[in-house]
Amino acid sequence: MGLEARAGTTGVSFNPASQESWVTTKLDFLVNWGRANSLWPMPFGTACCAIEFMATAASKFDLARFGMERMSFSPRQADVLICAGRVPFKLAPVIRRIWQQMPQPKWCISMGACASSGGMFDNYAVVQGIDTIIPVDVYVPGCPPRPEGLLYGIMMLQEKVMRERMSDRWLRNEMEPDPASQLYIPPPLIDELSEPFGNSVHQTRSGL
Amino acid sequence: MSTPFVPVLAGEAAPEAPSPVTPTKVPYRGGQANPTAGDLRATFGNAVTHVDVVWGETTVVVDRARVHDIVQWLHDDATQRYDYCSDITAVEFRDAERAIEVVWHLRSIPFRRFLRLKAVLPKGQPLEIASVWDIYRGADWLERECYDMFGIRFIGHPDLRRILMWEQYREGFPLRKDFPLRGRFSRSEQLRQALAQNPEAKYSMEELSIAEAFEDLPADMKDRLGTGEKVGE
Repeated sequence: MGLEARAGTTGVSFNPASQESWVTTKLDFLVNWGRANSLWPMPFGTACCAIEFMATAASKFDLARFGMERMSFSPRQADVLICAGRVPFKLAPVIRRIWQQMPQPKWCISMGACASSGGMFDNYAVVQGIDTIIPVDVYVPGCPPRPEGLLYGIMMLQEKVMRERMSDRWLRNEMEPDPASQLYIPPPLIDELSEPFGNSVHQTRSGL
Repeated sequence: MSTPFVPVLAGEAAPEAPSPVTPTKVPYRGGQANPTAGDLRATFGNAVTHVDVVWGETTVVVDRARVHDIVQWLHDDATQRYDYCSDITAVEFRDAERAIEVVWHLRSIPFRRFLRLKAVLPKGQPLEIASVWDIYRGADWLERECYDMFGIRFIGHPDLRRILMWEQYREGFPLRKDFPLRGRFSRSEQLRQALAQNPEAKYSMEELSIAEAFEDLPADMKDRLGTGEKVGE
């Protein structure tokens, strides 16, 4: 049925004119159409971005138009984690646990500057981007993003979902950082590698 | 609690208390001090080292060894009745030689008075001060926060441990002036340590339901919560 990826092919892009058959591509389309238009968000709102998220969900901008009628306040019944706001280090294990509790298929939107990069909170208490904890599909810039910005991010995610192929073997691989694996980089090496590029802990603004 | 608790309804104060007015033309320094300052001087003498009035609010600097006696007196004395401790915090100054100050914000609801009490903890000495937890139960978390951020030990506090940072936090006390803004460890090490904390192990429902209330729970709930509620996997 053309489900095997060809040798030498990496990444998620496949030539549509490859061995994928009519049945699998149509099934892909149907499944992706269903998934993309019924994404149930798991809101993880910690700061002012959550206010904009609430505005997005409310009647004026109406997230329900995109199939997100149902806010899922349990990670077990959620499809997309929307992290709205800064995440302190104390919440790092919590958001990772929530991500691990969500069943596949799952996606993640990092909403706002703080969730994406730590934003202005370059200090001892705040995680410098949630992508250091969990994989992120769409980053929405802004401080906070307007509801239109979040809606655009959601539409980008829907587009990404529509392009998924069941023949992609790497699609649902969750790469947990296993210290025994080759993918794992120990923290001292990360520091050493990142220092020339300005690992922020070695810089201070005030000199204190 | 040495005196029985007498509730004061909102808007109701002792008959001799001045009626509330909106202050106008308050001078930066000087002006009328809180009458409690004079009473403290009369009662405790040398334990009161300094009285200052800034923007109409009275600050009394007291001897660090007598803080507990003074707060107890302020709380119990019938002419003072400071029954509300609104904040406990500390101040460290940019001048490294200057001492850390511990600050108590006390409010007397019956007499409509506000008093800021300070004690000085000189550098080079252990950062220790008496806890006022036995006078104001609300001081519990305020003192824990002060310990967490400044490392000041409150002697007599029942459960002095970190409250904002997690309990295994090893980088020090974040609001001290010698603490770098971005912490002492590298970002990856900070993240590794943060992910290694186990939130479920620390916050059992038994802990949250605060000892005495736990006994009043229904039997089945006690069974369930006795060993900490199972959450997660």
